[in-house]
Amino acid sequence: MKFTDVYLQTTTKIFVFIIMTFSIYVLFAGHHNPGGGFIGGLITASSLVLLYIAFDLQSVRDIIPVDFNQLAAAGVILSVLTGTASFLFDVPFLSQAFTYVNLPILGKTEIASAVIFDLGVYFAVIGTTMTIITSISEDKK
Amino acid sequence: MTLLHIAVFLPILIIPFIPLMYKYIHRVHTGWFVMLVPLCLLILFASYYPLELSLDPQLHSVAWIPSFNVHFTIYLDSLSLLFALLITGIGTLVVLYSIFYMSMEREKLHFFYAYLMLFMTAMLGSVLSDNLIVLYAFWELTSVSSFLLIAFWYHRKKSRYGAQKAMIITMTGGFAMLLGFIILYVAGGTFSIRELIAMGDQVSQHSLFLPAMFFILLGAFTKSAQFPFHIWLPDAMEAPTPISAYLHSATMVKAGVYLVARLTPIFGIQVEWFWTITIGGIITLFVGSFNAIRQTDLKALLAYSTISQLGLIMSLLGIGSLALHNPQADNTILFAGATLAAMFHLINHSIFKGSLFMVVGILDHETGTRDIRRLGGLIHLMPVSFTITMIGAFSMAGLPPFSGFLSKEMFFTGLLSASSALNNGFVILPIVAWIASILTFVYCMIMIFKAFAGTYQPERLDRKPHEAPIGMLISPILLAALVIVLFFFPNLIATSLLEPTVKAIIPQAFTSGMVWHPHIQAWHGFNTELFMTIGVVVIGSLLYINYKKWRNFYEAMTFKHSLSHIYDRGLLGMERLGTKVTRFYMTGSLNHYLSYLFVFLIVMAGGSMIVNQAYFFDFSRNSPIESYEIVLGLTMVTAAIYILFSKSRLISIIAVSVIGYIVSLFFVIFRAPDLALTQLVVETISTALFLLCFYFLPKVSKNLSTLTFRLRNAIIAIGVGLTLTLIGLSAQGHHVFEPISDYYKNSYALAGAKNMVNAILVDFRAFDTMLEIVVLFSAGVGIYTLIKLRHAGRKDQ
Repeated sequence: MKFTDVYLQTTTKIFVFIIMTFSIYVLFAGHHNPGGGFIGGLITASSLVLLYIAFDLQSVRDIIPVDFNQLAAAGVILSVLTGTASFLFDVPFLSQAFTYVNLPILGKTEIASAVIFDLGVYFAVIGTTMTIITSISEDKK
Repeated sequence: MTLLHIAVFLPILIIPFIPLMYKYIHRVHTGWFVMLVPLCLLILFASYYPLELSLDPQLHSVAWIPSFNVHFTIYLDSLSLLFALLITGIGTLVVLYSIFYMSMEREKLHFFYAYLMLFMTAMLGSVLSDNLIVLYAFWELTSVSSFLLIAFWYHRKKSRYGAQKAMIITMTGGFAMLLGFIILYVAGGTFSIRELIAMGDQVSQHSLFLPAMFFILLGAFTKSAQFPFHIWLPDAMEAPTPISAYLHSATMVKAGVYLVARLTPIFGIQVEWFWTITIGGIITLFVGSFNAIRQTDLKALLAYSTISQLGLIMSLLGIGSLALHNPQADNTILFAGATLAAMFHLINHSIFKGSLFMVVGILDHETGTRDIRRLGGLIHLMPVSFTITMIGAFSMAGLPPFSGFLSKEMFFTGLLSASSALNNGFVILPIVAWIASILTFVYCMIMIFKAFAGTYQPERLDRKPHEAPIGMLISPILLAALVIVLFFFPNLIATSLLEPTVKAIIPQAFTSGMVWHPHIQAWHGFNTELFMTIGVVVIGSLLYINYKKWRNFYEAMTFKHSLSHIYDRGLLGMERLGTKVTRFYMTGSLNHYLSYLFVFLIVMAGGSMIVNQAYFFDFSRNSPIESYEIVLGLTMVTAAIYILFSKSRLISIIAVSVIGYIVSLFFVIFRAPDLALTQLVVETISTALFLLCFYFLPKVSKNLSTLTFRLRNAIIAIGVGLTLTLIGLSAQGHHVFEPISDYYKNSYALAGAKNMVNAILVDFRAFDTMLEIVVLFSAGVGIYTLIKLRHAGRKDQ
């Protein structure tokens, strides 16, 4: 389907960046504030849906040449791999660890292995949601 | 994590590199790289040989699911070492052989070797793990990888059929085995095989001990193609020949033998164990050798011969378990000899059957057929192949000077000693075994002479035959050489490998400090065993010469009387029944499906609440309701009522999303920002999805439904609403348990997370989250394939 709505397209161009930045913030803030991979992924997906509604499938696909199926698979694999990585340290499956380091600019920052796991969730959610939405909207009678 | 753990997973770890090599290195056959893996593993396992008897076996443990006592424990004793050496040794030779067998241009080699490596890990894991659950996981992985390998040429219908048959039969057995393992866990409180052996008496007291034994034996019997589950093995021969040589003669089918040997210390004391295994093995031996003779396809002949030889090994293991019954020293030595014969024949069988399969592959490759009616007179054209076949087949027939002779004589000894120990006239066992040996002799002769002697009929062959390239011959030549070496020097492995293995299988027989050192010798005087062998040769030769006269005997038995036929009919019947049952409730109407779900909910949840008197209201502890909450609630109700009477789909969707947004507002009010955020985003996306889906649908027509239809729907809807309200209010009224939130108060200390919800999701209950995204992913793939494949199918039409 193709709408040509100038207002929608112009505002979308700006809003998509804001939403995506917010979603990445939500992803990383998840450990201490409301957020996390699941919500972050959904927010990113919603911004992509906005793009699809404002423009058409093909032009968005040209701008973002990502195969969402593969993205979803990569996310799932990443999460599973962070789980198995714990075997290298002789601890049970999916044990998470965290530590604090001093980074320039950011100051005392927490590094948690759970964030990598969350990143997998993030990719899986974006990939799956977008796979479902694009395949349904592409469907012809 | 130790070297042995990495060794088990090494084949899987290199899988990602196989496609890269296949894709980018065209000049070198991918098999050369892959061969390094089993070769390295072979060297690694060989470095443990011989395991010192005085030292404890290698034992390394890594926690997997510690809360359920599941640890990935590697247990390397002589028994597992023997199997590991077979897996890696034959594996190396098979990969070497496959380099020349599998064409780099025509075959999808990267899949072939990836499946093969998957299988190798599965097999190593099965024989090396001490934990029953880990063993089960690897065990099923062998089924899965063999399914992939059998169906490697999946465009052939027979390959798919064979793969499915093997999978259905071995996995059914696998499930039964899991059940047996769980019963053992209930009885002993541990999944560790060593600990279960140590507490043998306590475990055997359990009331379900015998069922556990039969369930586990079901797993072993299906895997090792024992009667009546042997029917999958001949159909599995649709796999490429290197696979047949590896999986269906040397390794996977021996997993059942391994399991029986490994668990003999737990179950062997039961007399039922002896009877089931021995009789099952003898019947399999007979059925396999009986059916092998009628085969005209050389591979099918070998498949049935594998079945019969596996039966032989099984029956020997059964007899060996008698050593645990009779504590007298004489008997123990006799029965230990039977166990020794089982392990010795296991090695012999892997060696000669591996070489025979490879030769059959060569015949197939060079002449284009495996049918003995078309082959013949190849002796001058393929002298090397003929020599290898002769060595392998004579070893299988149990003739000197080949190693099969030694284990065959020990097999007769074992049977004779069993029938004399039972001393109530069980001479039937050695007699059946003797007849089966005659039949074995006959099919070995068929294999050699029908294929290589006789008249050469070039017009019946697809290609002009000539000797195979040297690379293809290396592996079978090495194996054939081993057959002869083992005949002349059997004691090379007798004391260093077989003796400790026997002591691992029947350890209780040696607790009294009994000294036993096996010595295998080819010449053992003019005794019954030797006369039995002479009888086999004489009668077998007569039968072979007169084969044409009694062949018609087989014609009487048609396919209709076979077990395979029953299997096919059963499968078809189940399919029909399934279709009937499904047709009954799958009407194709979404309305019906939702009705099932909702009525089920009302009956189960609402019904059980009424039966258990679980409804209970207590409003005293509720906080006061603010005025703006009333406003929000009224808005929701208005939106809900509006949906009922709305005539436009779009406006209905928006009304639904109004409810969703207000719910998220409530989350904000009740200070659940995580939920509010998720609810907002989910609501937005689902509204967009609905709008996309419904955009093209026609407007809701007014006369959509009859009154009874709407009445029924209204009743169900009100029922669901009432039930859920009842549940909600009752949940509010009950305070049976402490609030669960207290448990997670230490989320910052344990996970470094100030956000408790997130700590639950990614730290405390990360396993849930992981499986959730897997579910989500599968749902996405499902929708994708449903929609995309529908279009693809239409294009084909």
